[in-house]
Amino acid sequence: MAERGGESRGQVPGWAFVLLSLAGVVFALTLVPRVASGEVLRVAIPWLPSFGVQFSFFVDGLSLLFALLITGIGVFIGLYARAYMHGHAQTGAFFCYLIFFQASMLGLVLADNIITLFVFWELTTVSSFLLIGFDHASEKARRNAWQALLVTGAGGLALLAGLLLLAQAGGSMELSELMTAESGVQEHPLYLGILVLILLGAFTKSAQVPFHFWLPNAMAAPTPVSAYLHSATMVKAGIYLLARVHPSLSGTPEWIWTLTIFGAVTAVWASIVAMRQTDLKLALAYTTVMALGTLTMFLGSEAHIAITAAMTFLVVHCLYKSALFMVIGIIDHETGTREVDRLGGLFRAMPITAVAAAAAAFSMAGFPPFLGFIGKELKYEGALAVASEPLLVAGAAIAANALMVGLAAVVAIRPFYGAPRTYDRTPHRPPFGMWIGPVFMALLGLTFGVGPEYVGNLLINPAANAVAGIQKDVKFALWHGVNIPLMMSILTVALGVAVFIFSDTLRRWLASALGHLLTGDEAYDGVKGAILKLADVQTAILQNGSLRRYLFVVFAVTAAGVGGTLIAEGGMAWPALWPDVPIYEWAIVVLIAAGAVVPMAARSRLAGICGLGTVGSGVALIFLIYGAPDVAKTQLLVEVLFVVMISVVFLKLPRFAETTHPPKRGRLGDLTLAAISGGVMTLMTLAVLDTPLNDHLTKYFEANSVPGGQGGNIVNVILVDFRALDTFGEIVVVAVAALGAFGLIKLRSTRAGGS
Amino acid sequence: MNSLILSTVARAVIALMVLFSLYLLIRGHNLPGGGFVGGLVAASAFLLHAIANGVPATRRLLRVDPRAITMIGVAVAIIAGLVAAFQGAPFLTGVWAFPGGVPLGTPLLFDVGVYLVVVGAVVTLVLALEEDA
Repeated sequence: MAERGGESRGQVPGWAFVLLSLAGVVFALTLVPRVASGEVLRVAIPWLPSFGVQFSFFVDGLSLLFALLITGIGVFIGLYARAYMHGHAQTGAFFCYLIFFQASMLGLVLADNIITLFVFWELTTVSSFLLIGFDHASEKARRNAWQALLVTGAGGLALLAGLLLLAQAGGSMELSELMTAESGVQEHPLYLGILVLILLGAFTKSAQVPFHFWLPNAMAAPTPVSAYLHSATMVKAGIYLLARVHPSLSGTPEWIWTLTIFGAVTAVWASIVAMRQTDLKLALAYTTVMALGTLTMFLGSEAHIAITAAMTFLVVHCLYKSALFMVIGIIDHETGTREVDRLGGLFRAMPITAVAAAAAAFSMAGFPPFLGFIGKELKYEGALAVASEPLLVAGAAIAANALMVGLAAVVAIRPFYGAPRTYDRTPHRPPFGMWIGPVFMALLGLTFGVGPEYVGNLLINPAANAVAGIQKDVKFALWHGVNIPLMMSILTVALGVAVFIFSDTLRRWLASALGHLLTGDEAYDGVKGAILKLADVQTAILQNGSLRRYLFVVFAVTAAGVGGTLIAEGGMAWPALWPDVPIYEWAIVVLIAAGAVVPMAARSRLAGICGLGTVGSGVALIFLIYGAPDVAKTQLLVEVLFVVMISVVFLKLPRFAETTHPPKRGRLGDLTLAAISGGVMTLMTLAVLDTPLNDHLTKYFEANSVPGGQGGNIVNVILVDFRALDTFGEIVVVAVAALGAFGLIKLRSTRAGGS
Repeated sequence: MNSLILSTVARAVIALMVLFSLYLLIRGHNLPGGGFVGGLVAASAFLLHAIANGVPATRRLLRVDPRAITMIGVAVAIIAGLVAAFQGAPFLTGVWAFPGGVPLGTPLLFDVGVYLVVVGAVVTLVLALEEDA
């Protein structure tokens, strides 16, 4: 029974994920005709209406394209992961994280309100953290999860600031309004700040150089996660954001050049580094960075054709990249290695996988009749149409694509053909759930390539129109005749074949040439190390473990702050030298003063603490005289309990003089500080007394206590009704402090008992 | 502490103190008193019990772990605050009912929560310290 329980544990969440994804696909598909005809669907639930924050969503061409990719790929990732994670002890948690991620990602691409968008943005970061660190016994996985969280989380903070500024400049918190209205954000004085902050968010999330290093490290996650989050969906969130703000922010030289340069550098650099990798999964991870760079580069342009190229490439990339990741996962699963040098001859063992890999690789390399070919032709057409520097964009695109062709050949050919190798386990055909995904994705790439009109008109054109902000439909066709893009394609393929032939030489050469460069990863370690060191130094100075030091700092800062303000603001007031007060009040004053002297002279703690108790009781008496019986009563009780508690503690401490008695010079300093603190407090009290009392609140409470709070005791009505939230906060603090102190006391006695 | 006089006197005094603490709690809304001060009086009572009869005896007397009392107090305060939600009013808005002319309101329930938190927190600390000694 127990074993069967273990077997079936991951079943329910696994199927739940698949079925939820499937339901999402079906629902999204039903929306396609309406959205393709230009309709924008909306729903809004008030959240914090006073701040203009709504829980609002809308569906246009761009959102729908992303939603379909997220749910559609989710179905096959779900099937794949069920087989991949089979037998793992925490399959249930794994699928729960996946569902969590998928919901967050859908929320992100459908969000209308910027706060809604931001919340879902952060949730994708959190779920990504959980999934990268899923193998939490591995230190590497934990470190890489942290890294992804810190990098994308820091970008998220920048994004929040940028979005808030954008809302301020554009006069709305709804993205749909910010996009359509001629919002004038580009002329706004805050434009540059908005741009920088939003780009920081997008670039960290979508792994642009120099923030790209977290993405290859995120490959510590199980392969289904790499295929889903870190190639097809989550890393596209930054691209989605760039596309989303395109109508209101693009077109300025700042936008064009930043996106073009960062995108081009990312694309070329990532494809060079990808060539260097021997681990196929890592190589694919770098090609994802390359794809993200390409998308950024094209979104830098205003030209409609460039945007269409970006949207087409987005679809192409999702299809082939998730397929190839799943293929690498299969190879890893069946042979136990992903090192290209150790793979070969697997075709016999897994022909279906090999064919799917080949089909996906063809699409990646941009061969006809696959959708990748159309994507590439559009890219070249778009590159020639960009406003910034067509040669730069086209050159970067050709260079990156040529390396892609070479790498696609490596991934599709090297593991499957050539001499069979010996592996740790005998490779055989993967289960159905694992190969159906790559096969379906590859088939989709082929179908869309042969008949591109449907996907073009129903999905890509509406998305591109939403990004460009104008209606202009590009005609999708496989064959455009002999033109410049075709020539560029031929050049790309020729270069790519050369890259493949010399791939081993190239890899060795790159390894030696790039070996000594400072990587982003090392920079991350350096920055993190420096922050931790700073924290160490600061803690050693401020929190050295000596209570005396803490108190000294607290009192010194208070005295300096309050005293300084008093002097600067000129709030000093001098009372009459001998105020006219009854004799018994003088008696209390003397009592308090005497109580204060006792601890200074006392040779035992008990005497000292009793002296302090006298001070408190004296203060309670004064409260009583001045008409605050509630406060007086509480003060008295607190004093009693304080003395009892402290006495209990003191019974256990070492003898007084041995430890706590500070050296003479230290005592002099303490005395000075005590005198100054007391003096400042006295001056402040005098200053307060000198200010005419504003009885606005007093009158309000007097008038409203009985009618509003049904109570005659104003203090209590304030505590439990008018300002009940404050009281609530206080009792929670009391409860937490008690539990914390309890833990410390028990911890100490356990340790003492253990030793 | 093992003193016959103390434990004998304590028995009577503790009962009075707990009674007095409840009295303070209930009358607090109109006259000096309230959950906080009432809680302190009750805590002092249990403290006296612990000093007179030892911590194990006090734990037996309480029956419930004082940490649980603290958390129950927080929960009571939250519930008192949530009652307002049924009227569509914000968290912690006072809601009153007058069954037979007796004013009963969520502020009183909230004060009970405060009382429990104070009793629980102080007793938790003191008993832990005493045990550790």
